Amino acid sequence: MTATATRNGHGNPDIAREALQSGGVFGAIRRFVGGRVPVADLDERDPDYIRETLPRLWLLSSLWFRGEVRGLGNVPEDGPVLLVGNHSGGNLTPDTTVFTLAFSTYFGVERAFHQLAHNLVLSHPALSFLRKYGTVAASMENAKRALDSGAAVLVYPGGDYEVHRPSWQRNRVDFGGRKGFIRLAIEQDVPLVPVVAVGGQETALFLSRGEHLAGALGLDKLFRLKVLPLSLALPWGLNVGDLLGHIPLPAKITVEALPPIHLREEFGPEPDVDEVYEHVVRLMQETLEALAAERRFPVIG
Amino acid sequence: MRIAEHVDVSASPAIVFEQVSDPSRVLDFFAGVTRWECVGGPRAGLGARYRMLMRVGSAEVGGLIEVVEFDAGRDLAWNSVTGIDQRGRWRVRRGEQGLTRVELRLQFGVAGGGIWGWLSEHLAAPIVRGNVKRTLAQLKRAVEHEQVRAEASRRRAART
Repeated sequence: MTATATRNGHGNPDIAREALQSGGVFGAIRRFVGGRVPVADLDERDPDYIRETLPRLWLLSSLWFRGEVRGLGNVPEDGPVLLVGNHSGGNLTPDTTVFTLAFSTYFGVERAFHQLAHNLVLSHPALSFLRKYGTVAASMENAKRALDSGAAVLVYPGGDYEVHRPSWQRNRVDFGGRKGFIRLAIEQDVPLVPVVAVGGQETALFLSRGEHLAGALGLDKLFRLKVLPLSLALPWGLNVGDLLGHIPLPAKITVEALPPIHLREEFGPEPDVDEVYEHVVRLMQETLEALAAERRFPVIG
Repeated sequence: MRIAEHVDVSASPAIVFEQVSDPSRVLDFFAGVTRWECVGGPRAGLGARYRMLMRVGSAEVGGLIEVVEFDAGRDLAWNSVTGIDQRGRWRVRRGEQGLTRVELRLQFGVAGGGIWGWLSEHLAAPIVRGNVKRTLAQLKRAVEHEQVRAEASRRRAART
């Protein structure tokens, strides 16, 4: 496979052929998809593209989601920072759209800003434009590389697990015990800024993560997918997997960035990962409940 | 998109201009503006650079701007350096009956935004126009109240 093909995420037929020869069908699919996972090339972020597409994001964010982002002044003005968010809204993640617009206009598109996304998202041909926004495949190495370059990095520890939680758990921060982001912040010695969003889980009626179904079909081993979500969403009605996305209901999205946490200053030179994790989740949960308390009606906000 | 509004203020052009050209007072009267801070260069006047943001819809838009025209008591114009494309101008002129006509012009857009850019400019226009109108109303109130206070202070000083 050429470096270009890898970087651009286009599958190489040779990979598929080799994979088929060296294992079963599942192994072949796994290796083929693995071959399509883009290697993080931070230079793919294109400030001019972001700037030119800000009007689109503004329309979507302002008119459809009535987005409101607070506390951006809490994000350090420059230097690397790890933004940690709770994730909602199925595969469409309106909270990311609203926050990306707000961050880009507040700090300017000149400030390097990368978002970590599931490998499958970046492998999807229709979503290749996300790389121009600075989206890179979620991995410790890619996150370190981005932080080393001095960028702000947005990570959603809950990922696919949290984003498909049932709608009745919409006001719950659920990272599923994933603590890699704490280790990352400690290792890189960067401030951690919690970013709490509410409203995303009202863009459809999410019924179940479908974890058992995903397990039975071996999706975790194949695609690192722990869920096969079920939801009632437009235009499909019953939506299994949400792989084609859906038309989100125009739920009001409110996002709040909290003051930065300097882990070594607050938790000592060798911070305890579990203690920091509990602190961050508790902080975010309290904020989420406060934001939820402001809402009078679902969707309307 | 170009927006221009004006207001007549009962004060001299010099006093009005002093108000609009002082970066430390901008947040007091400029509606929708959440940030207006000096970024290098002179604090005020030609070449002064500010980071400004105005809340429009779901985002705070703006960027780095630079004062490109400064005619004391008459004109103050700025251009964007980074962020959305914008031009702004305070135009202060002596009017009739001792009034001063103050005009605020804002021109904004995103080059290369295409049809979405055009659409967003037109949908953002009423918000920005509302901010501009409120800005002028607040400026008028601030300047005229300051005048009244200054005159009262002078009268008190003359009596003692």
